[in-house]
Amino acid sequence: MKFSEKWLRELVDPATDTQGIADQITMAGLEVDEIVPVAGQFSGVVVGEILSAEPHPNADKLQVCQVTDGSETFQVVCGAPNARGGLKTAFAKVGAVLSAPDGSDFKIKKAKLRQVESFGMLCADDELGISDDHAGIMELAADAPVGTDLRDYLGLDDAVIDVDLTPNRGDCLSITGLAREVGVLNKASVRYVEADVVVPTIDDTFPITLDDPEGCPRYQGRVIRNVNMAAETPLWMVEKLRRCGIRSIDPVVDVTNYVLLELGQPMHAFDLSKLSGGIVVRKATPGEKLTLLDGNEAQLNDNTLVIADSEKAVAMAGIFGGEETGVTADSKDIFLECAYFNPISIAGRARSYGLHTDASHRYERGVDWQLQRKATERATRLLLDIVGGEAGPVVEAVSEEYLPTAATVTLRQSKVNQVLAFEMPALEIEEILTRLGMTLERSGDGEWSVAVPSYRFDISIEIDLIEELARVYGYNNLPVKVPTAELNMIANDESKVTIRSVRSQLVGRGYQEAVTYSFIEKGLAAQFDDKHEAKALANPISAEMAVMRTSIWPGLVKALQHNQNRQQSRIRLFETGQRFLPEGDQLIQENVVAGLICGPRQSEGWSADSASVDFYDLKGDVESLLALGGCADQFSFAAERHVALHPGQSAAIKRNGDTVGYLGALHPELVKSLDLTGPVFLFEIVQAVLLDGGLPRFTSLSKFPESRRDLALLVNDSVAYDDIRAIAQQQGGEFLKAVTLFDVYQGKGVEPGQKSIALGLTWQHPSRTLNDEEINEVIDFVVSALKNEFGATLRV
Amino acid sequence: MENIGILLEQGKQAAEQATSAQDLDQVRVQYLGKKGHLTQLLKGLGALSAEERPQAGAKINEAKQALQDVLNARKADLESAALEAKLAEETIDVTLPGRGQSLGGLHPVTKTLQRIEEFFARIGYSVAEGPEIEDDYHNFEALNIPSHHPARAMHDTFYFNANTLLRTHTSGVQVRTMESQQPPIRIICPGRVYRCDYDQTHSPMFHQVEGLIVDKDISFADLKGTLEQFLREFFEEDVKVRFRPSYFPFTEPSIEVDIDRGDGKWLEVLGCGIVHPKVFEYSGIDPEQYTGFAFGMGVERLAMLRYGVNDLRLFFENDLRFLSQFN
Repeated sequence: MKFSEKWLRELVDPATDTQGIADQITMAGLEVDEIVPVAGQFSGVVVGEILSAEPHPNADKLQVCQVTDGSETFQVVCGAPNARGGLKTAFAKVGAVLSAPDGSDFKIKKAKLRQVESFGMLCADDELGISDDHAGIMELAADAPVGTDLRDYLGLDDAVIDVDLTPNRGDCLSITGLAREVGVLNKASVRYVEADVVVPTIDDTFPITLDDPEGCPRYQGRVIRNVNMAAETPLWMVEKLRRCGIRSIDPVVDVTNYVLLELGQPMHAFDLSKLSGGIVVRKATPGEKLTLLDGNEAQLNDNTLVIADSEKAVAMAGIFGGEETGVTADSKDIFLECAYFNPISIAGRARSYGLHTDASHRYERGVDWQLQRKATERATRLLLDIVGGEAGPVVEAVSEEYLPTAATVTLRQSKVNQVLAFEMPALEIEEILTRLGMTLERSGDGEWSVAVPSYRFDISIEIDLIEELARVYGYNNLPVKVPTAELNMIANDESKVTIRSVRSQLVGRGYQEAVTYSFIEKGLAAQFDDKHEAKALANPISAEMAVMRTSIWPGLVKALQHNQNRQQSRIRLFETGQRFLPEGDQLIQENVVAGLICGPRQSEGWSADSASVDFYDLKGDVESLLALGGCADQFSFAAERHVALHPGQSAAIKRNGDTVGYLGALHPELVKSLDLTGPVFLFEIVQAVLLDGGLPRFTSLSKFPESRRDLALLVNDSVAYDDIRAIAQQQGGEFLKAVTLFDVYQGKGVEPGQKSIALGLTWQHPSRTLNDEEINEVIDFVVSALKNEFGATLRV
Repeated sequence: MENIGILLEQGKQAAEQATSAQDLDQVRVQYLGKKGHLTQLLKGLGALSAEERPQAGAKINEAKQALQDVLNARKADLESAALEAKLAEETIDVTLPGRGQSLGGLHPVTKTLQRIEEFFARIGYSVAEGPEIEDDYHNFEALNIPSHHPARAMHDTFYFNANTLLRTHTSGVQVRTMESQQPPIRIICPGRVYRCDYDQTHSPMFHQVEGLIVDKDISFADLKGTLEQFLREFFEEDVKVRFRPSYFPFTEPSIEVDIDRGDGKWLEVLGCGIVHPKVFEYSGIDPEQYTGFAFGMGVERLAMLRYGVNDLRLFFENDLRFLSQFN
């Protein structure tokens, strides 16, 4: 909320400067965003009157004006189109100092414009730093006192303070509320606005019915007849409104806005002649239409409270008035509305229509439910003063049942001490709360019963009061310490691998960690996953961020694309994070680790392996992760297709038979359609299985020598190594310690369609040396099993 | 016998002149071998009287030993010269870059997250995590933000449907922890959070670390002390810290914490407060018996301040030229 410092000081005027007040309220929880002077630094500018304006003899767009400051007449050349005889305007006399747009000062001097002498300058708003308006010179009121210093006349020694109020402090959305705070912080008394009862001069009333007393427990109305809409809003009011960010519209609207700012009570004025029957406050009927004051037609929902007459909705309650029944220049009789709406019945409604108004902002946060009478009287007085007319009696429809009740809260000194770790003196407590408008009564030893004023919607329990005490006392004045606690051991499961070690393993293997968005483009998601329909956001920011990823791959591939487009050829990325898999009615949110490699195996260098990475580079990295938990033997790889992967270079990662991830080459079609430079290799694995390791278990070391035999086998190309290894292990007997694959060869000397596989088998007995006969016997088992199973022959 | 001296001198000379192990061995054979000059002298001992024999024998042996010492020394010299030569030949340019996989690196957000986690883990906080797709109850309702609360407007929320949303903070994890565990509780909850807001200074996805401590007699002073210490340790500077009243529905009093790193400007770095009794009630903790404080901070913001990053969007572009600066 923007407010005028000067206006505030009419109510409370502590010996603190502008910045001081801003700092005080910021540190009390009313955060000041900005302080802007209402006008630039200028001097020597007075109210001048143009006596005459004649065309300039040598220039089409200039006029030669005779301007008086009340005692002397000056000739001033002026280019503004609105310069005319009789106009009162801002007159910078010779010697006046104005500030230039760049902030520097410049002095007004006697000048000659196209051979005509000019003594001074007539000013537009922007030239005085009052607004950005440069359409013409200022148009001051006809009664502006000629010769008066403009700063005094317009009260320009003022600043606009913009305060960003938190939603709990609806009570500060008015000058009165702000003044109360400033009074508390400075221990200064506040001159609250008085509103004397306006004695009715006519008997006219307009009936009011509360159809929804829960939503609107109080509605007051007053008829005022014979208003003069031609009257002008006085300058002081226009200026105050302007400084609080509200444009002057007409005297009636201006008065309602003025009361809104002054007291925090939104009000509305209807043209009585446009209303029929009586006022009914009710819920809208579904589909009911209402053309609002901004000219837009709203299609109302039945959760929306409306003000209606006997025929139709005439305003969206607490949000916006209707166009048809609004006050216009032709209005003669008005009906002034002042109501209390339950915040719950207003909250969220304006937003649902794309609206946000000064009224809805306040009603959503809570308007003082005992303020209506005062506001009505205040507005009436102001209206009668400006537009004249005769006021009828105030009619009130009220449902006591649904009005809020005044809260009484028990406050214990002991709780204050405990929460703040500080013994706040009882006198201090009483003073702070009293100045905030509360009434305290001792209800026991070290205990008060605190009556909360009707404007504090945010106070209903003890901690609310403690917050007030802390805030006013000053958070930074309260003591500081650190918590003490028992030094209990924290469990530490040794079999768990930490995600940190997974990350550092990948970093050690040359991967750079990426963080990509969890929401991606729908089409991209589908290209990487044909098994899940990615969960779509109802209100995405853009099509590129529309569905929740079912895999990290699309994000990583996008990052790859970004980097390839920036001349990076060697890219190794990984990411850890959640993926979101809709499975039937369920949604599985699980953490995964994914990685991607592309480009040369090593960074370019004098001795680097510059060959492009392949499947086995990636697999080696994945295996190194699987080994972290010490359970590498529980994992296996099986050729398995994946929609995003090359059908001949893709594998499922299994743990004890369950698929826990995939790895492989990005499908060449995807490489092409995403305009990438391939090949690209990817893996993704469920984090939980990586982190779930085991404990080491010792087995005794044999003192006896190992024996090794090497086998070179010829098998069909399609035979998987893993199957060969399994047979060798199975047939190798209990003392077989290791099977090593030390060569795989295809080419010269090996028939096409075949491959040569060289295995090293190592045996060791725990308690004796194995002899050749024993080993030869086992080797024969292995060889014949491989022959039977795969048609393997020994290569000679 | 008078030859001994001459033979020894000759032998020594020959040894000194030998330039290879082979040459040296020849010298040894020539003088000390079975038929060597000095060995031969021993054979002449028989011609001497019994009185002269021991003295002469001793002289010969002395000469043999002397020559052997010279041979040994020379051998050692030759060996060390050969080693020197070999080592010289094997000298390489040690300034050439090493071979193998170059090192990758962690994302600055992870670095920052891990660092924050460590500060708190060392004083007994455990890390707790939770789902990013949350229900309305855990993200709002249980945190004292009912559906019509104006504070909902402070959270520009991504929805899937009326009840399912992307978490706007990690506070849901705190709720889940309090639902399942009685105090004392000390946790920190790191993770991704989402707000429907995208411009130069807002990302629709960012990271938060929230913390919660619940115990008997936790006070406002404890909160101030903990966070003040954290900020000083995090920045490794004697930053000025101020506590400014604010409003969050789930804490009361609520606080925003600003720091001044010496340039006189206050920067908002985190939000915190004393846990609201209603939040305890929702989760089944007795607010009369326990108090606690909670805090939340934006990881990207802290990383930006710590490392001098000037554009939030860089964190999510994954440009290697950016990422590798944190390796």
